[in-house]
Amino acid sequence: MSELERRLARGGDGPAPDADRLSAALRQRAAAEGLLDVAYASMDSPLGELLVAVTPRGLVRVAYVQEATEAVLEDLANRVSPRVLRAPERTDEVRDELEEYFAGARRGFDTPIDWSLVRGFAVGVLQATARVPFGQVTTYRDVAGAAGSPRAARAAGNALGSNPIPIVVPCHRVLHAGGGLGGYTGGLERKRFLLRLEGAGPIG
Amino acid sequence: MRLPPFQALVDAHAVELHRFLVGYLGPDDAEDCLQETLISALRAYPRLNHGENLRAWLYTIARRKATDVGRGRRRLPRTRPLADLEPAAEPSVGPHVPADDGLWTSVRLLPDKQRAAVVHRFVLDLDYRSIGERMGISEEAARQNVSEGLRRLRKEMDR
Repeated sequence: MSELERRLARGGDGPAPDADRLSAALRQRAAAEGLLDVAYASMDSPLGELLVAVTPRGLVRVAYVQEATEAVLEDLANRVSPRVLRAPERTDEVRDELEEYFAGARRGFDTPIDWSLVRGFAVGVLQATARVPFGQVTTYRDVAGAAGSPRAARAAGNALGSNPIPIVVPCHRVLHAGGGLGGYTGGLERKRFLLRLEGAGPIG
Repeated sequence: MRLPPFQALVDAHAVELHRFLVGYLGPDDAEDCLQETLISALRAYPRLNHGENLRAWLYTIARRKATDVGRGRRRLPRTRPLADLEPAAEPSVGPHVPADDGLWTSVRLLPDKQRAAVVHRFVLDLDYRSIGERMGISEEAARQNVSEGLRRLRKEMDR
């Protein structure tokens, strides 16, 4: 390598950009220019790490991540918008509400919901589920009925199983008509935990 | 059509893009230019037809933004009174910048393709095939741009 080449190779020397400052400036401008379609952040909870994502319309996703953050973000990029940025401050409101909920200081969520990830029959099912009050439970059959198809309990179960906004849209409050716990996206342990937290009685 | 979340592009490429811009443009303007590059990319992102070679796409935007900055710079002195120019004669850069006896000024005066190729080759330490991929040119064209750029720089330095 010649002396000239050696000197050229030193040309990129210097401190790397301050990643935090850079990202903060980027998402601030993105938001100001209406380019922040999906903002996300993660948070700790008694149920493990959660990822929350919001759009300008509202909360679009809550995920039990368990190492699958990348898959959750790719899904958001494909189904909502690829303009996905890590932007904790945009998710502060919903993260505060979730923390209050886990601390027993909140019984309902005020944050608006963006239903874009929900299609068809599932819209009615999940919206009916969202109306089930804190500490109460209902059945797959009842939410299917509220969505207009009382005989579609199984389809309602599938819709609840793919609920993109667990906890806030309380699919944990939906049980089998016979009293069985049914299923849960995050595993039955989490369903039991949430029902206990809400004082919904010794179930399952 | 599948595009990765934009954040993944930032995480994967921002640091290297910054190094590229430090070489291509100089340390003073690199960070602002990186910011412009990323905002511009974010704006256009959902309209891309495919998710292939996103890195080359980012470097194309970076070079365009850097050229804009360069134009702004070159215009600047002419609009200022002479007295204001004097402080600028002192190097205003931090201690991390290697001594520059005109080498980097010469690099920045190279034709755009040679300049980009030289920075990719030496600052980012890439081989010719990778340089070609990032610049959207053949491996052979990348090699030629580097060697022509070096030839010019040697001539400048020998003067």
